[in-house]
Amino acid sequence: MGKKAMTDIEKQVCKLVQGDMPLNPQPFKELADKIGISEDAFISKINEFLENGYIRRFGAALRHRKAGITANGMGVWIVPESERERVGNIMASFKEVSHCYERPSFEDWPYNLFTMIHGRTKEECFEVAKRISDAAGIKEYNILFSSQEFKKESMVYF
Amino acid sequence: MRRCFKFLQFALFNLHFTIERSDMDTIDKKILNIIQTKFPITQKPYEAIGENVGISENETIDRIANLKKEGIIRRIGATFDPKKLGFTSSLCAAKVPKEKVEEFVKVVNSYSGVTHNYEREHQYNIWFTFIAESMEEIEKSLKEISDKTGITDIRNLPTVRFFKIKVDFDMSN
Repeated sequence: MGKKAMTDIEKQVCKLVQGDMPLNPQPFKELADKIGISEDAFISKINEFLENGYIRRFGAALRHRKAGITANGMGVWIVPESERERVGNIMASFKEVSHCYERPSFEDWPYNLFTMIHGRTKEECFEVAKRISDAAGIKEYNILFSSQEFKKESMVYF
Repeated sequence: MRRCFKFLQFALFNLHFTIERSDMDTIDKKILNIIQTKFPITQKPYEAIGENVGISENETIDRIANLKKEGIIRRIGATFDPKKLGFTSSLCAAKVPKEKVEEFVKVVNSYSGVTHNYEREHQYNIWFTFIAESMEEIEKSLKEISDKTGITDIRNLPTVRFFKIKVDFDMSN
């Protein structure tokens, strides 16, 4: 398991698809040629990594602001320990919620459930949060909107 | 004066936004819906996408090239599961005084494991994600960042429980 258990060819395949796909009619062939394997072998490696979960998703990453999804609000919630499993699952069921995690809280940071909420406007995000609050029965929450994006990149693993 | 500038910035941003939106038609949106999650892993993926939305392979490639040029598509490729690759990730938050934000962000962003970094409206105003080979490495880097910047209020908030990750968006309405 893990990157260390991969063969050199597998690592090379990963290295090529962690970047950007060529825009030619046979992009996988172009990539396969670079490392001297067949197009079919390259394609089946990708499918294998999708099946075993090494690759979580294969596709386009968007710049949400430019795609019209302008407001990205981090909803943070104070949920009692005994309620978290139930509430987390309710929150995750909202299509406007892209990420839902439990994280540690501190004296000056009381929030323990995190939901990334996406909408076209801040008002839309507030409205979603209100619906989540009603559905989950959690009243203590906050939405932290991003006022500036300093970095957004894909991780270079290989 | 400052408020006026802010308003102007906002108005310009919205104008920019309207122009971009009007450039994207139904076919573009259909393409975006397909290629976010179901990019065909086949010999001729662009032909397959084109067939799906009723246009030629060439037009599909042109449209995707344009969506990239417009900056709507950041990249097309694989998103790996850090855990499966033997990496670990965390979300970190810091309280940084306004006048030190620029310097702090510069130091934080110099780490290749920092993939996202945002300013948010809260006492904890700087939020960044960190991917590394171990939690110790993340802790060590946070300590280094503290030493370099003098910012001591940095919280490491690793996942305690996972409920959901789904980062594709329906563009069709």
